[in-house]
Amino acid sequence: MVSITIDGKNFEVDEDNNLLQECLSHAMDLPYFCWHPSMGSVGSCRQCAVIEYADDNDEKGRLVMACMTSPREGGRYSLKGARKFRAQAIESIMINHPHDCPVCEEGGECHLQDMTVMSGHAYRRYDGKKKTHNNQYLGPFINHEMNRCITCYRCVRYYKDYAGGTDFSVQASHDNTYFGRWQEGAYESEFSGNLVEVCPTGVFTDKPFAKNYVRKWDLQTSPSVCTGCGVGCNTNPGERYGTLRRIVNRFNDEVNGYFLCDKGRFGAGYVNSEQRIPVSMTRDSHEADPVQIEPDAAKQALKDAAKGAIGIASPRASMEANFALRELVGEDSFYAGISAKELGMLNSIIDIYQNRPVNIANIKDIENSDAVLILGEDITNTAARMALAVRQSVKNLGRQMGADLNFPNWHDAAIRTLAMDRKSPLYILSPHATRLDDVAKSVHISSAAQSARIGLAIAHAIDNSAPAVKGLSKEEQSLVDEIAGTLKGAKQALIISGTSSMEPALLEAAANVATALNDGDSKANLALAVPESNSLGLALMMQGNEKALEQAMSSGSKKAIVLENDLYRRAASADVDTFIDGLEQLAVLDSLKNRTGEQANLVLAAATFAESSGTFVNYEGRAQHYYSTFKAVDSIRSSVSWLSDKSLNELNAECAAALPHCAELTHLTPGEGYNFAGLKAPRQPHRYSGRTAMRANINVHEPKQEQDENGVMVYSMEGVPAIKDASVFNSPWAPGWNSNQSVFKFQEFAGGPLKQGNQGKRLLENNVKDKPWYEPEIAGDSDNGFKVFPIYHLFGSEELSAFTPAIQEKATSAYIALNPADAEKLGLHSTDGVQVEHNGAVPFILRNSIAAGTVGVAVGLSGLNFRNIPGSIALDKAEDWQSPDNWKAANIIVSDRSAESGKGSAS
Amino acid sequence: MFKAIGKQIKIIWSQIVTLWLVFLHLFKKADTVEYPDVQPYMFPRWRGRIVLTRDPDGEERCVACNLCAVACPVDCIALQKTEDENGRWYPEFFRINFSRCIMCGFCEEACPTHAIQLTPDFEMAEYVRQDMVWEKEHMLINGTGKYHDYNFYRVAGKAIGGKGKGEARNELPPVDRRSLLP
Amino acid sequence: MFSFEVGSLLNIAVVLGAGLAVSVMMIWVERRFLGFWSDRLGPNRVGPFGIFQVIADAIKMLFKEDWIPPFSDKFTFVLAPMILPIVMLMALAVIPFAPGVGVMDLNIGLLWIFAMAGLASYSTMLGGLASNNKFSLLGSLRGTGQMISYEVFMGISILGVVILADSFTLRDIVESQRDGWYVVPQFFGFIVFTVAGLAESHRWPFDLPESEAEIISGYNTEYSGMKFGLFMIGEYIAMVVMALLMPVLFFGGWHAPFGLEFGTPLISGLFWMSVKAGFFLLFFILVRAALVRPRYDQLMSYGWLVMLPLSLINLLVTGAIVLYQAG
Repeated sequence: MVSITIDGKNFEVDEDNNLLQECLSHAMDLPYFCWHPSMGSVGSCRQCAVIEYADDNDEKGRLVMACMTSPREGGRYSLKGARKFRAQAIESIMINHPHDCPVCEEGGECHLQDMTVMSGHAYRRYDGKKKTHNNQYLGPFINHEMNRCITCYRCVRYYKDYAGGTDFSVQASHDNTYFGRWQEGAYESEFSGNLVEVCPTGVFTDKPFAKNYVRKWDLQTSPSVCTGCGVGCNTNPGERYGTLRRIVNRFNDEVNGYFLCDKGRFGAGYVNSEQRIPVSMTRDSHEADPVQIEPDAAKQALKDAAKGAIGIASPRASMEANFALRELVGEDSFYAGISAKELGMLNSIIDIYQNRPVNIANIKDIENSDAVLILGEDITNTAARMALAVRQSVKNLGRQMGADLNFPNWHDAAIRTLAMDRKSPLYILSPHATRLDDVAKSVHISSAAQSARIGLAIAHAIDNSAPAVKGLSKEEQSLVDEIAGTLKGAKQALIISGTSSMEPALLEAAANVATALNDGDSKANLALAVPESNSLGLALMMQGNEKALEQAMSSGSKKAIVLENDLYRRAASADVDTFIDGLEQLAVLDSLKNRTGEQANLVLAAATFAESSGTFVNYEGRAQHYYSTFKAVDSIRSSVSWLSDKSLNELNAECAAALPHCAELTHLTPGEGYNFAGLKAPRQPHRYSGRTAMRANINVHEPKQEQDENGVMVYSMEGVPAIKDASVFNSPWAPGWNSNQSVFKFQEFAGGPLKQGNQGKRLLENNVKDKPWYEPEIAGDSDNGFKVFPIYHLFGSEELSAFTPAIQEKATSAYIALNPADAEKLGLHSTDGVQVEHNGAVPFILRNSIAAGTVGVAVGLSGLNFRNIPGSIALDKAEDWQSPDNWKAANIIVSDRSAESGKGSAS
Repeated sequence: MFKAIGKQIKIIWSQIVTLWLVFLHLFKKADTVEYPDVQPYMFPRWRGRIVLTRDPDGEERCVACNLCAVACPVDCIALQKTEDENGRWYPEFFRINFSRCIMCGFCEEACPTHAIQLTPDFEMAEYVRQDMVWEKEHMLINGTGKYHDYNFYRVAGKAIGGKGKGEARNELPPVDRRSLLP
Repeated sequence: MFSFEVGSLLNIAVVLGAGLAVSVMMIWVERRFLGFWSDRLGPNRVGPFGIFQVIADAIKMLFKEDWIPPFSDKFTFVLAPMILPIVMLMALAVIPFAPGVGVMDLNIGLLWIFAMAGLASYSTMLGGLASNNKFSLLGSLRGTGQMISYEVFMGISILGVVILADSFTLRDIVESQRDGWYVVPQFFGFIVFTVAGLAESHRWPFDLPESEAEIISGYNTEYSGMKFGLFMIGEYIAMVVMALLMPVLFFGGWHAPFGLEFGTPLISGLFWMSVKAGFFLLFFILVRAALVRPRYDQLMSYGWLVMLPLSLINLLVTGAIVLYQAG
């Protein structure tokens, strides 16, 4: 800490931060554009100019950019002195800015608007002509309106330098600079959506939101959690007139920070989907037509159906909903709605987190690691936010080099120049090339089982007491030694693996490596990706038992209640058909129409995450509460209120008491009695408009305010925004700061964690000192047919987001990926289809990185059903095959695609 | 003592004078205008019934920017933006609940396109409250209202049908991003 | 029974009926005159000159929701508005209108009026208390304090008249003014009585119990419909009673001024009584139109520091003169 003087006032500031950051941290309003807490400073916009004085006698001082200045002990600065300069700077920035605000999607949450007002520039004096630019089509997610650009360079710094995108850059020269792709087309990066929030003005705007646009101040929002994958990024959905309009990032220092992946940001449109189940339906027999049933009668019908029924839970339903089902059917009849293999892997993750001497890595830990080993998990597609964090971790070498030369961390351009191509080591073991290969030190193509073997060998190479592995090739052995040496030498190593490959040994190998790295006082980071938003929570609820979907289907019960689960995505279709045919009564609670629901006797219209509240447990065992954003129509109710008469808070408390590790569940929200000066936390911003007219076409008499499930927030603009507890931290706003940049007003220091704490509660911790080892038995790869590995797609593989139109545009139908040599052997031409054994006929693509004799199968996409990956399958050329309408080969973004593949068969 | 009594007398005298002066008003002509028997003159800038106007080219002026709605102190304006195939914004619906409206004119002041205007018509009473909820088709007139020449899209940078990039007033043609020439 | 003497049924019917009718019509008269005095027209839409405005108001009042707040003391809440008109009508009963016209002649007539006026304060007090509302309570506290204070000066101010007339009977007081009105010897008494009378009936500018700018509507905040109507009617009856007492006590009652008697004593008496009472009614309205409302502390200190000494001096001087004249 150093003490400095700003405009005659003394401040204690952190010399590791830049002056701009410290000014903001100390509640001074200093305008800026190009600085971003996650991306550092480059000093290009000249907006944060301040006067620095040489000493106490200096009266003139000199202009410096606060974002490029380290505060020095005894330094004397003035913000007021440079006000005129800043006003002139913004005036020149605004010379070419179009007269667009009323028709701009950024208007009302525009950093440029805020900064212009703050700098004091009000009237345009320049009457020359304005520069204009043509726009580009940038895919289904992002709108481009290049006229509005103020050339702060944040977009390219984010897209290229931060997110590692290659298809977007700055073009032309001097004041003609243009930010765009080399040609029109969809962004390739999975994180392009963050441009919407990174751009300080309206060049990049949310396209699905723009189609159905309302201003920020008109959105009813709530703190929520993404349902896209197991990372559990914090989101802030916005609603207006009963439809979900958009998702923006909600800052959580330990989870998502400032950024979301595109699935998280654009994938929640399923809430408004036409496939939603609007009303509860019932029918007497499988053949009869379903008839609508009133909500109260439906609830009674479910209660009747529950007698003697088994309950099939869901990894995408909240803890409370799953627990309500358990209460309804009894613990003995409660089954996890996932395959035995998946449940076993989740159980083993819990075991590892608890009983191995590892540090469960959150996203921030991942970013801070300086050596990373990824074991057989394609995190870009299964846990995308993790991949973005891994991209940051490779920059740690550069930061270290900068630190050695006394460069502060925020000196973005300097550190990038210094590091050039040198990166912290990242090793990837995967059956195919991944999107992270460009920053990896080494990529090794191997099947999941082989990766597990190599992982075990690495553990053994680090620590002799770990079990050894035999039969590695020479090349593999040298890789093992290299990785072991690197990990051992790292300050903070990180091992990443996950469940997507369906290879339990992989998790245990990862655990062994992390255990081996434990040298008594420092623990290695370990992050194990899980498939769905509450997978780990469901596993916690099963308490280590093995009552999976297979057991449920063979239990012989005649009645079943299925909670938010499409069984056809969990098991082979034939098995599910047999199971459902054997049932007398099938009750399904779900929000979207699916094959399981179509066969039910009783379908209850369940609310989505946007219309209900609950708790998800993410991949690191962090329980996070999401609040409903809006109240659905009465016929749609939350699963909790269908399944139970108890309130959400009661269920939450009972769940916490009944389950081991779950005691913290009750501390996720500030509780029913929460208030500040007698007021609850509002969902609507204080400028929410149209309250007395929005429902006036239905009835001019205004209805009573809706009641909240938790008793913490209200569906109203009356109240006090999060002051005591970050779990109710909603859409940020501060006087003069209407854009998302205002989040720094709620942080301990600009860019730091939220003042009100509560970033969710970790349910699993370990204090293990000794080093237990796993000794998994790894089955040998079978020799007949093609060895199969799954390929996941960020867009389309996940069940719910696949219902979103924008995601569908980026997704494709199911396909297989082959080595070109194998395709030639099978006699395949680019327009042919491939008949997959026991499954459908699908198109194929050729990927050079895939080993001969192996085949990648796209999972979760329409056309194939592969929840349980078989060891090997036979492939054949399909007869009389037509490529499906939704086959979009161009949407498959891989670096190793053979030039031959996928041509022509695209519709 | 005498001073106090004198003050009291002064006070009482003042009251009596007041009574007398007010009494004299009995013989003055009342200021009351006997509406509706006598129609008053309405000034053009009177804040009465709200209309939505069209630009000089006959297109809807409203661009659904929501500024009127947020300026409205009683929150009686609700609208939803939509756009045509060429990117021109307009309201999908535009609703004013006149049973809440206080005719303050903030919406008119907030409007960046001169779309929403208040007119001198104030006779808006209805027997049924529901009839005071007005939609866009009730308010949209075929004229420019008080401001005759303004066309927002002529000065905005956004391209719409019939006006491409660089074709608005005071704009240069779009830059060639492939050129490095000064 | 139908003869024209004090206390006959016809007499009672006519006096009470006329009293009520005049009180009710005062609502319209007051509004019109207030209009004129503030350069407006006042209610002129219902019927010729708007005289049916009262009927329209009454219909409105009767059909309004007669709401009793759930938090109020229901019995007292209903009782309170009844008190005022009843006691004010009882006070009206002892007023001598003309020779042979009046409901009754009580030998303690003046005391009776004071007793009734004293009871009227219960209406204000109970109404405010029963409403269980802080503004009502404030209003009723003000009303009670104000009535109790001003009753003192009111009583003392007319003792001069009683001494001069040597009687409490109102008819005797009128008779004793045949040769000269008491307003001359009792000028200060008249002033004090006028002011105290306004305060007593809490008419403007002394309407502090319901001063709407501060305490919503004071003691009748929670009242609506005909219950509020009773308060209003009661107030107008009080105004009429006060306007009738003025000539009786200080302006020679039914005696014509300057010997301008005509017709029978009855007709002449009724005519002059009406003219005098009408003058005071208009005077009360003028006061409402012209004068501003004092603060409550000004009202109280004015009463105790100015009115009380003035009325006491008046009483002492009158007494001294009467004793001196009696030798």
